[in-house]
Amino acid sequence: MRQIWLNCAGARCCEEMFTDFFYILREKGVPVSITEWMTLMEALDKGLADSSLERFYYLARSILVKSESYYDHYDLAFEEYFRKVGDLSQLREELPGSKLVLEIREELLRWLNDPINGINLSEEEIEKLPRMELYELLDLFRRRLAEQTGRHDGGNKWIGTGGTSPFGNAGQNPAGIRVGGVSRGRSAIRMAHQRRYQNLRSDLTLDVRQIKVALKRLRLLARSGPEDELDLEETIDATCKNAGEIELVFTKSRKNIIKLLLLIDVGGSMTPYAQLCSRLFSAANSLSHFKDFRYFYFHNCIYDHLYTDMARRKKFGIREFFRTFDREYRVIIVGDAWMAPSELTNRYGAIDYEDVSETPGIVRLREIREHFDHVVWLNPEKRDIWERKSIAMIREIFPMFELTLDGLDEAVRELVGRR
Amino acid sequence: MSTFNKFFGTEKYIASESLRNAVNVAIALGRPLLVKGEPGTGKTLLAHSIAKALGKRLIVWNIKSTTKAKDGLYVYDTVQRLNDSRFGDRDISDIKQYIRLGKLGEAFVSDEQVVLLIDEIDKADLEFPNDLLNELDEMSFYIHETGETIKAKHRPIVIITSNSEKELPDAFLRRCIFHYIEFPDREMMEEIVRVHFPGIEENLLKEALKKFYRLRKIESLKKKPSTSELLDWIQVLLASGVSHHRLKSELVFPGVLLKNEADLAQLRGSEVL
Ligand SMILES: Nc1ncnc2c1ncn2[C@@H]1O[C@H](COP(=O)(O)OP(=O)(O)O)[C@@H](O)[C@H]1O
Ligand SMILES: [Mg+2]
Repeated sequence: MRQIWLNCAGARCCEEMFTDFFYILREKGVPVSITEWMTLMEALDKGLADSSLERFYYLARSILVKSESYYDHYDLAFEEYFRKVGDLSQLREELPGSKLVLEIREELLRWLNDPINGINLSEEEIEKLPRMELYELLDLFRRRLAEQTGRHDGGNKWIGTGGTSPFGNAGQNPAGIRVGGVSRGRSAIRMAHQRRYQNLRSDLTLDVRQIKVALKRLRLLARSGPEDELDLEETIDATCKNAGEIELVFTKSRKNIIKLLLLIDVGGSMTPYAQLCSRLFSAANSLSHFKDFRYFYFHNCIYDHLYTDMARRKKFGIREFFRTFDREYRVIIVGDAWMAPSELTNRYGAIDYEDVSETPGIVRLREIREHFDHVVWLNPEKRDIWERKSIAMIREIFPMFELTLDGLDEAVRELVGRR
Repeated sequence: MSTFNKFFGTEKYIASESLRNAVNVAIALGRPLLVKGEPGTGKTLLAHSIAKALGKRLIVWNIKSTTKAKDGLYVYDTVQRLNDSRFGDRDISDIKQYIRLGKLGEAFVSDEQVVLLIDEIDKADLEFPNDLLNELDEMSFYIHETGETIKAKHRPIVIITSNSEKELPDAFLRRCIFHYIEFPDREMMEEIVRVHFPGIEENLLKEALKKFYRLRKIESLKKKPSTSELLDWIQVLLASGVSHHRLKSELVFPGVLLKNEADLAQLRGSEVL
């Protein structure tokens, strides 16, 4: 069955059915574009999948998926699609008319109608466009794409460069490169089923490196420090004024002016997330990227003081805190925001004796919000439980994001944005 | 590349089935291959190996934070021209002699197909990849100063690496074939080590890898040891004749694996040692 599929992928009937794989990929969250899908069609036409499903698994992935964080989504889609291939009629019935199909149709129409893509449709085609079936649209798109690339680089001249490959055929062991690691002959569906890339998903987990990448985007450049950068414009001006005698003009180089404060909830319900928090901390701490980086700890909520150590023995008074750190500090608070509402709203509501204060926690949190221009709250708990009382109350004060790669990205955007 | 490789030489490169496929697809479709992975997973070495295996010249364009896309095409050496105008006896009206081709330009004018490595593209500005799109698509560029168009005689095999310091723009990604090199599992790492030290004793290799992977599990390390550090370490182990018995009870020469002082200090307190 699948042999037929891969061999005749160029023919319209199969291509049309094959498009279901595209839908499923999008449904699972892989951001595949039409252009990439067409590249896959081209590759199949060239026989690059070699009638092997395992080859196809890698081929399609290398063309359609552009980040390891979507490898797992791809596996899910791959498994679902190829399990269903056996019962295609069912698949075909589920899909037509679905929101996704409509979206893809829209995207195609937009592409075909966009003059930027340099396609000239005939009057007749333009008129027919809205009534075309999806596969007809795809077909048209494909022909136009082929013409277009033909114009750009002389068509298929470069494609399929006569089997040039540093690896030669499968199983061979040519000059210097060997295939290792994987045991061959594993079924592609089983491979997908294993879901070995689950830990690379950006919506589920975070490692230190990923956090660093995200935090690096937390930057605003301004000129500061010694004058050690050549200012070309000024140099030219000065040289001209100097009757051609070269005069070099230096300027201050651009440095990141972001100062970061990290406030971390420790203890109690945060214990399961201790490792995640420590990763966030190590990432921020090992980046020599900020103008200043300081961190403090608290338990559940912030009252009269923060702590400079995780064991919460060394106090740092909240007044001194406000005196020390000006409004320009970007503040990231990490916590599950999950507590008895009384810990927020009551005087003397703190759960720890050491923290008990006349000022209710919620008042203090509002004060923090007012003091700084940019504050975000990162929550390791899933969004599903954010309706809970204390979380909802804190969300009213601070913009809250999930402590995932995606959430962190959004938080960083919030922190560098204008307020 | 670590220094000892210069002496022992890398004859072999171990590629996974999926990497192999990605390379083949990129070459067959004439698209750039974007390889991502943490440092030391063999991204740079891959380009070298491909060039070697195909018997093609390798042109390396190392990207730095200050690199501009235009640098890869050509630079117009105005300062030289300015100097010549004052002291030189050259004909300064011939602008051509002040145009120096960049790495991409060099790859285009080569009489034979070359492998072009654009190494660590994520170091550059966010706009950098997009600025290269047209040239990589059309395999040509225009020199305004001379009115000349440089067109690729042979479409180079383009390998682009990224340590994912930054996200790359979508428009750029759509054009590339993508492969993420996973950190090698133990089985694959054994093969990689054997390629560098063919005669290594089985027990020593097993014990060294055990220690190495245990170290990598420590989350709080500032820098986890990579393949390069492992190879350096094994080199030291072999040179000093450490037995696998000794290695079992003691993590010798930890400084070769962990380059960061704080990491070393942290390790001294833990039971891996
Ligand atoms: N797959 C591999 N096969 C053989 N040697 C490898 C492999 N991966 C890494 N190495 C070794 O690790 C070193 C670092 O690889 P390199 O290509 O510089 O990594 P990267 O560019 O990904 O940071 C190489 O010089 C080589 O000695
Ligand atoms: Mg490298």
